[in-house]
Amino acid sequence: MSYRPTNTPALVLKGLEKHFDKPAVNGLDLTIRGGEFYALLGPNGAGKTTTLRIVAGLLRPDAGSVSVFGVDALADPIAAKRLIAWVPDEPLIYEKLTPFEYLEFVAGLWDIDAATAQVDASEIIDILGLGPHAHERCNGFSKGMRQKVALAGALVHSPRLLILDEPLTGLDAGSSRQVKTVLAERVRTGVTVIMTTHILEVAERMAERIGVIDAGRLIAEGTLDELRHQTGQTANSLEDVFLDLVAEQSAAA
Amino acid sequence: MSQPATLSWFARHEIRLFWRDWMAMLTAGKRKRESLLGLMAVAFLVFSHLLAHYLISPLAEDGIVLDKTTMIFVTASVFLFCTMMISQAMESVTRAFYARSDLDLILSSPISARRVFTVRILAIAAATILLTTVLAGPFINAFAYIDGPRWLAGYGVILGLAGLCTAFAVLLTVGLFRTVGPKRTRLVSQVVSAVIGAAFVIGIQAAAILSSGTISRFTFLGSERFVDAVPPLTSAVWRPAYAAAGDIPTLLGLIGLGMAALALTVLLCAKNFGDHVIAASGVAFESSSSRRRLSSFRQASVKRTLRRKEWTLLRRDPWLMSQTLMQILYLFPPALLLWRNFGDSVGPLVILTPILVMASGQLAGGLAWLAVSGEDAPDLMTSAPVSARMIMSAKIEAVLGSVLIVVLPLLGALALASLELAAITAAGIVLSACAATMIQIWFRAQAKRSDFRRRQTSSRLATLAEALSSIFWASAAALIAAAFYTYAAGTAALAVLTLVCAWAVRPRRSADA
Repeated sequence: MSYRPTNTPALVLKGLEKHFDKPAVNGLDLTIRGGEFYALLGPNGAGKTTTLRIVAGLLRPDAGSVSVFGVDALADPIAAKRLIAWVPDEPLIYEKLTPFEYLEFVAGLWDIDAATAQVDASEIIDILGLGPHAHERCNGFSKGMRQKVALAGALVHSPRLLILDEPLTGLDAGSSRQVKTVLAERVRTGVTVIMTTHILEVAERMAERIGVIDAGRLIAEGTLDELRHQTGQTANSLEDVFLDLVAEQSAAA
Repeated sequence: MSQPATLSWFARHEIRLFWRDWMAMLTAGKRKRESLLGLMAVAFLVFSHLLAHYLISPLAEDGIVLDKTTMIFVTASVFLFCTMMISQAMESVTRAFYARSDLDLILSSPISARRVFTVRILAIAAATILLTTVLAGPFINAFAYIDGPRWLAGYGVILGLAGLCTAFAVLLTVGLFRTVGPKRTRLVSQVVSAVIGAAFVIGIQAAAILSSGTISRFTFLGSERFVDAVPPLTSAVWRPAYAAAGDIPTLLGLIGLGMAALALTVLLCAKNFGDHVIAASGVAFESSSSRRRLSSFRQASVKRTLRRKEWTLLRRDPWLMSQTLMQILYLFPPALLLWRNFGDSVGPLVILTPILVMASGQLAGGLAWLAVSGEDAPDLMTSAPVSARMIMSAKIEAVLGSVLIVVLPLLGALALASLELAAITAAGIVLSACAATMIQIWFRAQAKRSDFRRRQTSSRLATLAEALSSIFWASAAALIAAAFYTYAAGTAALAVLTLVCAWAVRPRRSADA
């Protein structure tokens, strides 16, 4: 399935706040365009996962608004969830279901026509190299295999906004390549991808725009070149740029 | 301080782990509860001793004579504790095979695995002795208080029998491991331990029903017919009972036999125990193909999809299968009673009503815990475009449907005997199952499905409320069946009050998903 580019942003966060013992997300404003590959970076505890969990409907913010393709995700969470797929960093899947059964279940949850879902599922299973294990229960699967099953579940209902929290952690080189290929392919069809990662080379190579958050706020945003300009570096890697930005922020705090 | 890697060093390590595990199980990991635990332990000891004294004192008004009737009751108690000990030890051995907590570390270290497993087998025996002492101790003390200190020999009997039972359990589990393989041993041994644990009680009940048409074990064991049928008092069958009554040579023989059996088992099994553990660890990395391979996606409503998922997971849960089997096993005597009295008066069948209602409540509570708290993929469920209400109602329907599948055959048979009694029982089953399910929903806390065995410890309030609710609904249904309507109304009110109290003290949830 492909989506036409629209002027409506895929995601708009305004004044987003979430406090646990201390502020995790602190007045975050963020706009992500439809059909773009966006990498959200930040040091540990910066508020990346909390932000994404709020967007996926897994946490309620203390303040602010969340709009997904123009749908107010706080007022109408069900409508927003129809458009979103969420893959957490530690995917929890059903140990006693096979990948095939898992995909059937996920398609059922999103109320996708069974015949259509099966065709898509077979394709995703093949692309992710899950074919030989499609009818084995997941309880013996490695972390990488589970990650791929969770990703397959996220793709089977053809979401318009795909949110991935550290999707490449624990994957071997081959699996990592498969996942990156799938994500790039989805972006080509108009799907918006938001991904957090600590593997900065991946963000550097795949993301059209990069957002850096620290202490629950967006401290920098743009293409890699724009971020380089912002830090006064012209030829350095994203890693250098990122470390500079975070160091500046710490010094300012 | 003992030398590292010696038997005593490992024993200290095991005792520390056992103690912390035990405390965590009793306190659900909450340190505040530790001081409360001491008070509860004292209260339990006082209550159990008073209960034991209350039960034993009428039998010992004129002193306890070691006649056939006394020996039958003591021997039956010894058998009962033996089945419990074997069942408990089998569960511990199975856990020692499959729990991975520190085995990777131990087996990858350069120490002798034989030493580790010698200590582990002895620890299983020690845990068995401890548990049996807690349960049997009050009765032994009550006998000693009423009839003299000779009955304290009962503690020696526990020691000897625990040795024998642990040895038997280890050999049986290792035997299962060798015959059915590491993949199936976990489930098979859980089922076998459940059957052994329940077999004696159920067997006596079945014999009571078949011979005298009553479900009472005591009536059957004390009946003239049974007393006449048992072997004379000189038979070896009564040796454990004589030992418990203070016959020192017999007692020493029993302890010696138990310890010898345990030592021989350790010698035979400790060496290969490590190999079994390594084989069992491989199971965690093996994938099992689904026997009924799904060839195509099935079109269904969202709710049906949710129900189907719950049923598939429940069906594939080994712990649940063994627990359900236990429930079904305990329903066997009522079923037998139903069959035995079929066509006679409805009177004796009234006993079925509370048993079925109680069993349904307990089964529903377990299933609801698995479906609600034991949800494997909470993020997926919360991020799906399905309302929380629909997810919960699908889970409730899956739980209640499963309970009905288990009790429906008995309910059907009861309906053939008495439509009215079946209707009362059905109403009780629905109320008891719904109440237990609601309590599990109110007290839900995200947990792993594999923690099912410890679900009672995560919320003592939920456990208490679930038990009280099942008991009150069972009593109310039984009282209605026996036409005591006023008492029934009172008991039903208590059941409702239990639910109201549980609802009032339920943990408050934040607005977060």
